[in-house]
Amino acid sequence: MPDGMEPAMVEIDATQRGIQTGVDARAAEPNIDRHLYLDGITVSFDGFRALNELSLVIRRGEVRTIVGPNGAGKTTMLDVITGKTRPDRGSAVFADKHDLTRLDETEIALLGIGRKFQKPTVFENLTVFENLELALKDDRGVFATLFSARTREKRRRMGDALETVGLAARAGDLAGDLSHGQKQWLEIAMLLVQDAELLLLDEPVAGLTDAETEQTADLILRLAGERTLVVIEHDMEFVRRLGARVTVLHEGSVLAEGTIDAIQAHPRVIEVYLGR
Amino acid sequence: MQSPDRHRRTHPLLLLFAIVAVLAGFLHGSPARADRLEELAGKLAAGSFSQRAETAEAIAAFGDTRATPMLEALSAGELYARKDDGRPVLVERAGDGYSLTDPLSGESLGEAGRRDVEKIKVNNRVRGAVSDALTALRLFSPDRNVRMSAAAEAATSPSETMLAALRRAAEAETDPAVRERIGASLAVSSLHSGTPEQRLAAIGELSGSLSNTVRNALRDLAADPDTDAEVRQAAEAAFAGIERKRSLIELGLNLFQGVSLGSVLLLAAIGLAITFGVMGVINMAHGEMIMIGAYATFVVQELFRTFLPPELFGLYLPTALPVAFCAAAALGIAIERGVIRWLYGRPLETLLATWGVSLILQQLVRSIFGAPNKQVANPDWMTGGFEIVGGYVLTYNRLYIILFCFAVFAAVVLVLRYTPFGLHMRAVTQNRSMARTMGINSDRIDALTFGLGSGIAGIGGVALSQIGNVSPNLGQLYIVDSFMVVVFGGVGNLAGTLVGAMTLGIVNKFLEPVAGAVLGKVVVLVLIILFIQRRPRGLFALKGRAAES
Amino acid sequence: MRLESETRAPLLGVKGWAIFIAVGLFLVVAVPLLNALPPSSPVHVPDYLIPLLGKYLCYALLALSVDLIWGYCGILSLGHGAFFALGGYAMGMYLMRQIGERGVYGHPILPDFMVFLNWDSLPWYWYGFDSFAFAMPMVILVPGLLALVFGWLAFRSRITGVYFSIITQAMVFALMLAFFRNDFGFGGNNGLTDFKEILGFNVHAPATRMGLYIASAVALGAAFLLCRFIVTSKLGRVLLAVRDAELRVRFLGYSVTAVKLFVFTLSAVLAGIAGALYVPQVGIINPSEFSPAQSIEIAIWVAVGGRATLAGAVLGAFVVNAAKTWLTGVAPEMWLFFLGSLFIAVTLFFPAGLLGISSQIRRRLARRPAPALAVEAKDA
Repeated sequence: MPDGMEPAMVEIDATQRGIQTGVDARAAEPNIDRHLYLDGITVSFDGFRALNELSLVIRRGEVRTIVGPNGAGKTTMLDVITGKTRPDRGSAVFADKHDLTRLDETEIALLGIGRKFQKPTVFENLTVFENLELALKDDRGVFATLFSARTREKRRRMGDALETVGLAARAGDLAGDLSHGQKQWLEIAMLLVQDAELLLLDEPVAGLTDAETEQTADLILRLAGERTLVVIEHDMEFVRRLGARVTVLHEGSVLAEGTIDAIQAHPRVIEVYLGR
Repeated sequence: MQSPDRHRRTHPLLLLFAIVAVLAGFLHGSPARADRLEELAGKLAAGSFSQRAETAEAIAAFGDTRATPMLEALSAGELYARKDDGRPVLVERAGDGYSLTDPLSGESLGEAGRRDVEKIKVNNRVRGAVSDALTALRLFSPDRNVRMSAAAEAATSPSETMLAALRRAAEAETDPAVRERIGASLAVSSLHSGTPEQRLAAIGELSGSLSNTVRNALRDLAADPDTDAEVRQAAEAAFAGIERKRSLIELGLNLFQGVSLGSVLLLAAIGLAITFGVMGVINMAHGEMIMIGAYATFVVQELFRTFLPPELFGLYLPTALPVAFCAAAALGIAIERGVIRWLYGRPLETLLATWGVSLILQQLVRSIFGAPNKQVANPDWMTGGFEIVGGYVLTYNRLYIILFCFAVFAAVVLVLRYTPFGLHMRAVTQNRSMARTMGINSDRIDALTFGLGSGIAGIGGVALSQIGNVSPNLGQLYIVDSFMVVVFGGVGNLAGTLVGAMTLGIVNKFLEPVAGAVLGKVVVLVLIILFIQRRPRGLFALKGRAAES
Repeated sequence: MRLESETRAPLLGVKGWAIFIAVGLFLVVAVPLLNALPPSSPVHVPDYLIPLLGKYLCYALLALSVDLIWGYCGILSLGHGAFFALGGYAMGMYLMRQIGERGVYGHPILPDFMVFLNWDSLPWYWYGFDSFAFAMPMVILVPGLLALVFGWLAFRSRITGVYFSIITQAMVFALMLAFFRNDFGFGGNNGLTDFKEILGFNVHAPATRMGLYIASAVALGAAFLLCRFIVTSKLGRVLLAVRDAELRVRFLGYSVTAVKLFVFTLSAVLAGIAGALYVPQVGIINPSEFSPAQSIEIAIWVAVGGRATLAGAVLGAFVVNAAKTWLTGVAPEMWLFFLGSLFIAVTLFFPAGLLGISSQIRRRLARRPAPALAVEAKDA
């Protein structure tokens, strides 16, 4: 089923068990290439449930946008996928074989899952070039790193990534000296050279100018197909521009899932967003 | 706790036993009882060595302490007897002859020529009898402590004479503690004499005792091949019973020691739990706040000594509490305003800077008060302790510190939970910028929080001055331990600090007999390092976002 | 761009090599020559200065080891004195076994303190220390293994920041208590002393002392280059990244545990070597080397010189210790005031240290903001 053609929106509400089976049914469909499969994930912090029986399927090569009000559990979801937070219950299966809830951050990153943080997180005391160098797909062992040389091939790949994000001229500058938008782009460039197959982008256009936002959207769309992208975003215009399937999170579980138009017309979504 | 119960149960039993022993003494009677001491003394010079020994024993049984100087002289071979009437005399060289004194009354008996008196000879048998007699006489000394030690000593050389003396002493004794001890010694002595039935009865009566002497006597009896098999078995069983009870009491006592050490640790760590746990500030000068509190106590003590009448001296300790609190709190606030404030968010730098403060404070105190230890006296109401049972004492200063520590802990919890300051403090801890927008002066709260933590450390110093010496490096002794308490208990959680302190205190005390004091400490540190493996955030860790920052 | 055209960042710049060689020549060539001059010469270096300088060189090596983990990787160990002392004890045990029958009690095998304690045989852990070839690997292995085990326990459970500092302090404290015990078998309170010979040379002879001094200088130089090699490699960048945003490094797929374990262990080994060179020059090793105060003092040498600048650590060790030697001689009661103030002043006013002051000025001239020295993990 191609994106956007799916007529019925799968409604997910904590009280309705039917949705659960809906997701399971999709998951059980053999011809779907499940890149990431979250199943019944629950995370609680001191009694507060950040994620509540969250289930979600992301197909290989898909672009998926995740929206939801503050505290809906979007960032916590990424924390679970990347191994930062261990869920109380549930599993997160990557490429149908790795249970991410049993691995640590390092192992998960080595599987090919890259993450861009909500606040741009680059190494400010390193140059732009050095930031990329650390992210570059390479042997991560201690001694391999100690004796690592910048081969021509590596320099070319980093140069390409810098060209892509338009930071080639700043390669020798400290990352801390970049503007907010440039840091966002540097982080995206790091994901590119990391050669991750699943990219998790937490608010990639927050604080960017309109032009930069547009460029980011183009970049994401260019990557779609060859990589799988999960994009968390508040900016509905940006979400619309991506034209991808949208999942709405609310109180730690999926409230609705479908095209942007269907989502924006959905009464529960309207209630959640406007009723607060 | 086990011990006070045991105390209540044992005490009447021993008392009863003492009474029985006294009655037995009446029925038995004693050959020397009817005689006057002077008559007995007169017999000392006559007869053979063995008769002389018997006379000494009779004097002992008579229980008149006037005989003590005479027997001492006899034992030393310095007692003489007048040749004409055999009356024993003490002599002193006077010119060509001697001047004589009566050994019992001390009155002068005039002079005599050298040939008129003759030394009363003694051999080992007589000396032994005299030594026992002296012990027996000490049972009647006016000094309570002498009587106490004599009663204990009497049990180590059991003999008929000693038994008789003990019975008489038990009859005459008024002090209940001494009477108890005499009763025990009587029972021990009777283990070695009499028919098997009598000895069995004695064993039965002793099986409730906990004293070392009784325990050893029973052990010896059980191992004595000359004794009746039945008696030996009974002694064996009674010995095992005593051992069991003693180990139970020792367990309880260890627990007490552990709680006592735990409360010292808690006093040192509460302040740290506030500054480190609540504010996230590592204060390496925390130990010096304790030290300042201890020196404040010392100063207050000296002021009381110098300017106030001695009967008010006991009040210096309660006076020292607010003084120490204020001194340490003021210093804490000064450190926070002067140093730590500039380093928020840079914990490692804070650690180093406060270490610098700690070095300066140590040297400052050393320069002012000198390097040697200062003595802080316990007030009367804190000295001594009460004996729960045979030789096991709970000292008052430890008891008071435990109580005091829990009071301080409760007070801190109440302040944090129910006062506006506590509310503001928790607000600033959880969300500084939000608290600011609500109109809370977070700078002021920081300073006050730090002051509170330091002040409590100062109070801890008052308590520590009561159980040890006060020296400039007092704080260094506690800093590693109190950090361990906070790390072990979990940061940001006072209940964790409480449990952490008590656990470490008790574990330390239980390891001490097994591994020795120093090695026990090493083991505890290693255990903590291993413990952090399983729970890197301590026993009572906060979960969730707050904990991850 | 220069960076992009090279396969590897250079070990040292041209100026850096010039300074390195100049200092090296001064220490290894000039000082011995000046020492050989007649005492009447105004530039004569007296004999007593040689072991003193040698001691400073050992401290500088120790500071270097702390800077490698603290300055570059953000791991503040308050227990590095333990590794220094363990290396020192390993050397001390060798030196003790060399005394042989020349001890006070003249026992052919047992060191004096064991005879004094009425021990009748050598404890098993003293076996082999009569051989230099056995003792030297121990200088490296003992601190290295302790660091490996301790670091593995700590880093694997992600004990970082002040927590790590506190438990390293507890570690050194525990070791101090243990070494103070007589029955621990290392001479208790008095430690190991009264050494006679090293490799057959009299330890008190000026020539031996000169040899030890030169060995210390060479060790320091080699360790400096080794550390430069690490910090200029890609691993060096990973270290900085771990220091500034540890979690982010994990998300890039690096094993932070392995990286930290590597530098921590290497650093402990360097500290152990420093301790081993130190002991024959000062003639004693005792449990006070394990005192937490000693260990924390190392941090201030590094901070005074300038963190994350290896040369700064060396400079700081020399400056602070020279000040200590001078001040404890002139006004001993002032030393702790001075040291305490140094801790406060460096953290409050000169976070970049002596070397940082000049680069701060240079940066200000270049109108470039200084990067923050201690950046907290931003992805909490």
